[in-house]
Amino acid sequence: MYRYDSYDQKIVDERVAQFRDQTRRYLAGELTDDEFRPLRLQNGLYIQRHAPMLRVAVPYGLLSSTQVRTLAHIARTHDKGYAHITTRQNVQFNWPELKVVPEILAELAKVEMHAIQTSGACIRNITSDPFAGVAGDEYIDPRPWCEVLRQWSTFHPEFAFLPRKFKIAVNGATQDRAVIQCHDIGLELKRDAAGEIGFRVLVGGGMGRTPIIGAEITDFVPWQHIITYCEAILRVYNRYGRRDNLYKARIKILVKALGIAEFKRQVEEEWAFGKGGPNTLTEAEVARVATHFTTPAYETQPADDAAYASQRAANPAFAAWARRNVLAHKVPGYAVVVLSLKDPSRAPGDITDAQLDLVAEWADAYSFGEVRATHEQNLVLADVKQSDLFAVWEKARAAGLATPTFGLLTDMICCPGGDFCALANAKSIPIANAIQARFDDLDYLYDIGELELNISGCMNSCGHHHVGHIGILGVDKNGSEWYQVSLGGSQGNDTSIGKVIGRSFAAAEMPDVITNIIDVYRAQRLEGERFIETVRRIGLDPFKIGVYGDAAIIERKQHA
Amino acid sequence: MPKLIKNGSVIDDAAQILVLDETQAPEALSLPEGQVFVPLAVWQAHKGVLSDNKAVGVWLESHESVDDLAEDLDSLSAVALNFPKFTDGRAYSGAALLRTRYGFKGEIRAIGDVLRDQFFFMQRCGFDVIQPKTGKYSDAQLEEALASLKDFSTPYQAAVDQPEPLFRRARRAA
Repeated sequence: MYRYDSYDQKIVDERVAQFRDQTRRYLAGELTDDEFRPLRLQNGLYIQRHAPMLRVAVPYGLLSSTQVRTLAHIARTHDKGYAHITTRQNVQFNWPELKVVPEILAELAKVEMHAIQTSGACIRNITSDPFAGVAGDEYIDPRPWCEVLRQWSTFHPEFAFLPRKFKIAVNGATQDRAVIQCHDIGLELKRDAAGEIGFRVLVGGGMGRTPIIGAEITDFVPWQHIITYCEAILRVYNRYGRRDNLYKARIKILVKALGIAEFKRQVEEEWAFGKGGPNTLTEAEVARVATHFTTPAYETQPADDAAYASQRAANPAFAAWARRNVLAHKVPGYAVVVLSLKDPSRAPGDITDAQLDLVAEWADAYSFGEVRATHEQNLVLADVKQSDLFAVWEKARAAGLATPTFGLLTDMICCPGGDFCALANAKSIPIANAIQARFDDLDYLYDIGELELNISGCMNSCGHHHVGHIGILGVDKNGSEWYQVSLGGSQGNDTSIGKVIGRSFAAAEMPDVITNIIDVYRAQRLEGERFIETVRRIGLDPFKIGVYGDAAIIERKQHA
Repeated sequence: MPKLIKNGSVIDDAAQILVLDETQAPEALSLPEGQVFVPLAVWQAHKGVLSDNKAVGVWLESHESVDDLAEDLDSLSAVALNFPKFTDGRAYSGAALLRTRYGFKGEIRAIGDVLRDQFFFMQRCGFDVIQPKTGKYSDAQLEEALASLKDFSTPYQAAVDQPEPLFRRARRAA
């Protein structure tokens, strides 16, 4: 993974000093709340229900074991013994005191970490495929490009006060695992006919209040020009994006208002000035960054380890975990392990300090000292030998990190919601836990098969509910918490935005509602058909009838 | 006399920012003595007269485009860009465009809700004069605030103050 040189380290150290002074001036009354707010947000610091929440950047989800140990230490020392993995592959602490945040940042800086631009109206942490470098369907490793873009966007002076937040994702495999269609800029690595690397660029996608799938602004930008091209997009957005209404300030609204053709015209007019300028990438720089992402020292292994096969045959629980949470690796004899953070006794995405320490230990013992965070709020050991899988499983199971449900209904994405977040309209964690308790039978879950259920506590959509096969959105109705259900959303190559099925529900109704939806699916599915495919084939009406009953649907149609 | 930051030092400055109220038409011109920045509308109505007067600069509101001054920059010695709120970042692009697209060599002044924690970004985007928000800083605080110009010693990306990105400026070890 990328390691800092003296330049990277100095920037992070200077950031610690800068934020320490800003915090001092705020506590001394020299900075008003309004003046301090954007400064602390650009450092990932929110004032939340209980205390400030600190969001630490995990660039494109990569962590070293040393960094994981520091996160464990921070969770233990400055928080209540746990951390939370976010849907931007970052890590959040929910309980640090404002006055110790500069100390936390100093500890992070020692292990090449920071909280720069994890919130605020600026370019946020760049996200990518959590299986980068190990997936069989990858054609270009996105990580060096993410790092190049990270450096370009860090403290970019022109784009520190954009109309609104700005999110970039990069994918380089056949399957999109970075949700590039729902980003302000989505970059798909590709090769042109001559074999040269470049990017297909999507723009104006996003979730939030107005979910929109990104539009293609160009089908190929050669790699040398990706920074100048992104700068042109950002400059047009910074100048012309709406600033009069917070809800209409994302780039997607500007793209929609102008139309993609006119937006592209403006961007390319701007790009004509920057193209070929000093920000043009050099082969030397890309090569320098790429040397940090070389292949680890894999051992020659049999493609199918005999012991692994017999362990699976002998132990059904191990076999179940291996079937769900162990994924194919491009190198023979190796596997990708998903460490599940979806134990029903914890909030989805939460991990304790002790668990973090163990994960660091396993990373060192079994996976070249690296860990990845996924936007689906799990952790990944990306390079485990098949012959080590049984040992990893035994340890993970003992630590509560081997829930064998990766990609199933209970492996849900869930924001912190009203229990922690000051923006939320409703709680999301209790809903997630109630649904997990209802669907606690593994055979039943396996029968339901692949299903993405995503929960957001408000319209900001941190829980990605718009792209959940089942999406749940917390809404406020006259001061009480209600939940709106949508169906048919999807991430990945065939991204789609879910449609709301009807009136919202009280919290206590939610497990029954999900059960009713699943019953409709099981009754209607064709052989081998996944939930999302059934929804697409039969439409929403059968599900509405299953949830609301015939009478309600007929009455609604009569009123329509 | 009010103080501001020019090229990294605190200096006295008496320039006035002419703001029209609702009752004043841009066509009716009455300039105060000394250096003055006039609104874009006043400049456009009177540029024939004003362009010989080196004491007159133009200030732009954040929604007004520097492109509208492109033809006039040869006859202007100073342009001020207003930050109605410090979170309105349009003027950063405006200043960068004046310097890089239009090659403007005169003064570019940041005015309005100008606070020390943005000085660094302003300087990088080509502002050479930073006029802090009126009444925000005592003389001593403004001297102290000069430190913010040096928040980061070696930025990554190219900008007006540093036209080459780090990867072209430095030989970085792999």
